Amino acid sequence: MNKRLLALLSVLVIASMALAACGTTAATEEAAGAVTIKIATQSPLSGGQSLLGVAIKQGAELALEQLGGDLTGMGYDVQLAPYDDQATPDVGVANAKNIVADTDILCGVGHLNSGVMIPSSEEYHTAGLAFVSPANTNPVVTTRGYLEVNRVVGRDDVQAPAAEEYAFTTLGAKSVYIIHDKTAYGQGVAEFFKAAAEEDGMEVLGFEGTEETANFDAIVTPLIASNPDVVFFAGIYNQAGVFFKQARDAGYEGTFLGTDGMDSSDLADIAGDALTSGGGMAYTTVAGPVSAYPKAAKFVEDYTAKFGAAPEAYAAQGYDSMGVCLAAIMAAAEAAGGKPTRAQVAEAVRAVSYDGLTSTITFDEIGDLPTAKYFIIKVNATSKDTWSTNEIIDSFDLPSPGKGE
Amino acid sequence: MKTLFSDLYKKLNTGFWPILIVFAFLVVGSISVYLSPRSLSAFLILITTPLILYFMKINMKIKIFIGLLLIIVILPVLGIRNIFYLEVIFQMAVFAALALGLNIVVGMAGLLDLGYVAFYAVGAYAWAIFGSKQMSLLHSIPGAAPANAPFFLDPRWFWLFIFLGVGLAAFTGILLGLPVLRVKGDYLAIVTLGFGEVVRVLALNLDKPINLTNGPQGITPIQRPPLPPEAVMQVFRNLLTPLVGHPPTDAEFYNVFFYFLALVIIAIAILVATRLEDSRIGRAWTAIREDETAAIAMGIPLVKMKLAAFAAGASFAGAVGALYAANRTFVSPETFSFLQSIGVLTMVILGGLGSIPGVIFGAAAVVLLNIQVLQNFSLYLSELRQSDAVIPIINFAWKNLSNQLDPAKYQKLVFGIILVLMMIFRPSGLIPAERRKRELVEDKE
Amino acid sequence: MKQFAASPVYKFFLFPIGQIIMFALGSSVGLSLITVLLAYVFKFNVTNFDLVERSLLILPQVVINGLTIGFVYSTIALGYTMVYGVLEFINFAHSEIFMVGGIVGVQLIAYFEHLGILATLNQYLVIALAIILAIIISGSLAVTVERVAYKPLRGAPKLVPLISAIGMSFFLQDAVRLILSLTTGEFNVILPQFGTFDEFLLVALPGMADPLRIQIKSVIIVGIAVLMLVVLNFLVNGTKVGKAIRAVAQDRPSASLMGINVSQIISITFLVGGALGGAAGVLFALKATKLDPFVGFFPGLKAFTSAVLGGIGNLTGALLGGLVLGLLESFAASYLSIFTNGAFGAEYKDIFAFAILIVVLIFRPSGLLGETVGQKA
Repeated sequence: MNKRLLALLSVLVIASMALAACGTTAATEEAAGAVTIKIATQSPLSGGQSLLGVAIKQGAELALEQLGGDLTGMGYDVQLAPYDDQATPDVGVANAKNIVADTDILCGVGHLNSGVMIPSSEEYHTAGLAFVSPANTNPVVTTRGYLEVNRVVGRDDVQAPAAEEYAFTTLGAKSVYIIHDKTAYGQGVAEFFKAAAEEDGMEVLGFEGTEETANFDAIVTPLIASNPDVVFFAGIYNQAGVFFKQARDAGYEGTFLGTDGMDSSDLADIAGDALTSGGGMAYTTVAGPVSAYPKAAKFVEDYTAKFGAAPEAYAAQGYDSMGVCLAAIMAAAEAAGGKPTRAQVAEAVRAVSYDGLTSTITFDEIGDLPTAKYFIIKVNATSKDTWSTNEIIDSFDLPSPGKGE
Repeated sequence: MKTLFSDLYKKLNTGFWPILIVFAFLVVGSISVYLSPRSLSAFLILITTPLILYFMKINMKIKIFIGLLLIIVILPVLGIRNIFYLEVIFQMAVFAALALGLNIVVGMAGLLDLGYVAFYAVGAYAWAIFGSKQMSLLHSIPGAAPANAPFFLDPRWFWLFIFLGVGLAAFTGILLGLPVLRVKGDYLAIVTLGFGEVVRVLALNLDKPINLTNGPQGITPIQRPPLPPEAVMQVFRNLLTPLVGHPPTDAEFYNVFFYFLALVIIAIAILVATRLEDSRIGRAWTAIREDETAAIAMGIPLVKMKLAAFAAGASFAGAVGALYAANRTFVSPETFSFLQSIGVLTMVILGGLGSIPGVIFGAAAVVLLNIQVLQNFSLYLSELRQSDAVIPIINFAWKNLSNQLDPAKYQKLVFGIILVLMMIFRPSGLIPAERRKRELVEDKE
Repeated sequence: MKQFAASPVYKFFLFPIGQIIMFALGSSVGLSLITVLLAYVFKFNVTNFDLVERSLLILPQVVINGLTIGFVYSTIALGYTMVYGVLEFINFAHSEIFMVGGIVGVQLIAYFEHLGILATLNQYLVIALAIILAIIISGSLAVTVERVAYKPLRGAPKLVPLISAIGMSFFLQDAVRLILSLTTGEFNVILPQFGTFDEFLLVALPGMADPLRIQIKSVIIVGIAVLMLVVLNFLVNGTKVGKAIRAVAQDRPSASLMGINVSQIISITFLVGGALGGAAGVLFALKATKLDPFVGFFPGLKAFTSAVLGGIGNLTGALLGGLVLGLLESFAASYLSIFTNGAFGAEYKDIFAFAILIVVLIFRPSGLLGETVGQKA
């Protein structure tokens, strides 16, 4: 019985193989006319964080469509190769090996999660493949000093002190309760916030990490008993929203403060009026709402027309990251007089001066923006539809702290 | 239909046919992978070759020769041309070793362990903590570590840590086994599941009071053992350059290096598993699995034997864990989730509980499905969505296909269906264990 | 007196409720005493707070939280324990039955909101409708799962149906995700805000400065859970079907010889267990306000742990186990950080449950209320 099955199996395999082999040869012949250049994206396209991950991919897709024309004009066939890292490091690294093995891929855009970017970029580094990150804020991403790793956003060790500054100076908070989501990203921001708070003499009443997503009673109860002026939550919207709602329901009246992981309209649907009652809710972000960027009006229009929904956070950064890639490949191709190598593209990315939607993008010697923009946004929305009514309270340009010690 | 295939199988497995078929697969596979290194179908042909080889009736010496040719010459050369294949085979080997270990516990001794990945974590974190800078960062805040901290151990200690991983994991297995082996089978499942979670949560949270695991940030960089001395490398480089088309870089050599390391570990694992199965201990495990009461009556020391199963199974995972940490140069708690435990269990079930060739096949099939077939299919769909193509008969534009229908997103769905269908229609697995097969036949009579 | 003890009112109403109150009070008081004792032992100053004072301040709230979640665990645990009692097998997919119940209930409420009639309907009616729908869907889903994935495996070695159940659990998670993402584009299911559940009842306690604040939600959750438990008790101990279920649980072949349709009884067991799971799903949704297809895993695991803790196969045990586990978890999560001065915190909540389980199993291998079954496994 088992042998029969095996025979069946192998016959099927052979048959499908023959078919597939014909298919692939046909496909390669077809494309043989133009030299193919691929640009990869890697972000979570599935799972709880797919909203932001898909925004990155779609932003990049739109940029390729609108800005890829110059390269096509030079006789290249430019394609997008989207990969799904499922927000897990293992999948990210396996995909990274697949990406670097595809010699047509000259540049990449990704990831969303720093915890995935850090191990995956080891692969990009060894293969010399340039990657531009639209969203990773953990300092370690660039402080390793890899030529291939760049980002078009700010850093947590600037963002968290900015949030703390807002809580301490603007809100006049004397005590804070810090909560994070037990991810590389959330814990990183929380630690920076805690250090800044302690430096200013703010009282840190609690510091908790939790993976819980549904029932926050056990955290809310001691929190309310210690009654902090501000609750700082470093994490992602789908967890934070539930927490905000339950804390407000249980009677907390102070201000919620969040990080750029809150920047999603779903937050308002989940938390409802917990965001606006009491002391309200504000978050810091490295990616302002698209309305903050004067050049982005047309982008919003095009994006909405193509994908049927307004761009979420990081869509504009995804667009710009792709723009940087394309500009660098152009420059490298012109310098090399033909299809450039990965090393040439990586050099070109680092040397780029690209006029993007969010700012004019140049990179310093470790791949950070020399000065990045940070926003503090107050939430006025209580449902998804009113998310655009949130107002920017403050925005500053702060220099990158560089490589550190 | 069934007789047709069995006739075909019989016909193809006599005379000179087997060797011809194997050679056809080997040659067609190698050439097509060589010519188009990115083609999935070409790789699938090549990777089915060992399976065909296993089932064809060929002289043992020739079998071994072909196998070695494939493993030692063809795969590394082709792998350097596309290192992703080496990654796929590396993962296959890692999971095959894990599946072999779990097979000892579940398949041979009949103790359901739903937290097997905990032992994998023990091995991985052992080398991760000592093979990185973590020991010098015990008192620093995770994520804010100074960049210039020294490495704690020389990378050559890795070789010791493979064995230490074995020992530590076996010790953890006994530690877990001592209290829980008194409980009955169903309780055991839930207790081991809980234990798997305990280890993961500890890895996630032991960044305070002392920063042992660096918490959710994970530990990086972890050192790799050094490559052979430069003189040896130069020989390989000269040898491989014409075959590969360019002088291989150190990074590419590391992929080959880990590939061979994984193969050595899997070879040892197979050897140990086979010897165990046929040993006095193996027979005691079978007796326990079939009837505990009778086993006690026969004078089998129950607790001792169960502990031995736990320890032996865990030790495989420990060795592979250390290997994994060095290969990735990064570990984080997310790798050691419950899903991973179930993934390994799926491999064991799919291949055949208690069957050594079965679980290896199961591991290879699941890895291939997971990181290559489903992903490739998703990429292909995404290409179709970007194009203007239309499904001919129903006149449906690919562009309108929902983004949600991505096969790579629904791994759990696929695993779930595989598990249920296997249990209903083929509970003994695709390549059943010989002993089980006999039982099954007896049942039917 | 004897006559009263035999009367149905006592047997099916007063006795179970009394038992529930006794369990709830007993475990709350016991844990509270331990906590206060510990607070005295570790009596150091936490910043400017005295540890004892600080512990007492949140104690009532911790107990309420623990009881609320404990009752939800109990209700789910009964589903596991019933199936185990009859089939001796862990229905791993029960946590997904629970999840489906919650999502269906929330979707119904969201549909009311979509129709614009949510605000006009009586809030208790809305909850009742959601629970009824969840009971119907989850109950029938449980029966379907049994028919498809477990029934063909009857008589196979024990490992076989268990693995099939794990497969079914995975399948259901992703299937629900697929359906939700195809229809709504995302898979977070959010409970619309309605009614007055978020408000508080203020109960003045003697000797305490602030009145005790009890969320109406908690009262509703506990109330409905108690109702379900009483109904179940009546069903199992007071009806013919219940007698048949108990007979099958005790000795399947003999029950079959007595003319009981075993197959049908097993289906009914799954129906009842699934219905309880579905109702618990809605209760959980009231508390969590946001569900996704993977939300069932941890509550399911905890409920199963409760069932084992109480002694699997024993209905009273499941009730006690759920309450004890809910309270323990609440205490551990709230106090761990206070007692260790921040070195350990709420993040150990989940493994605390397992640690307790292992300890209990070492000393009482068949759980708190389980009988010692000889060589049955």
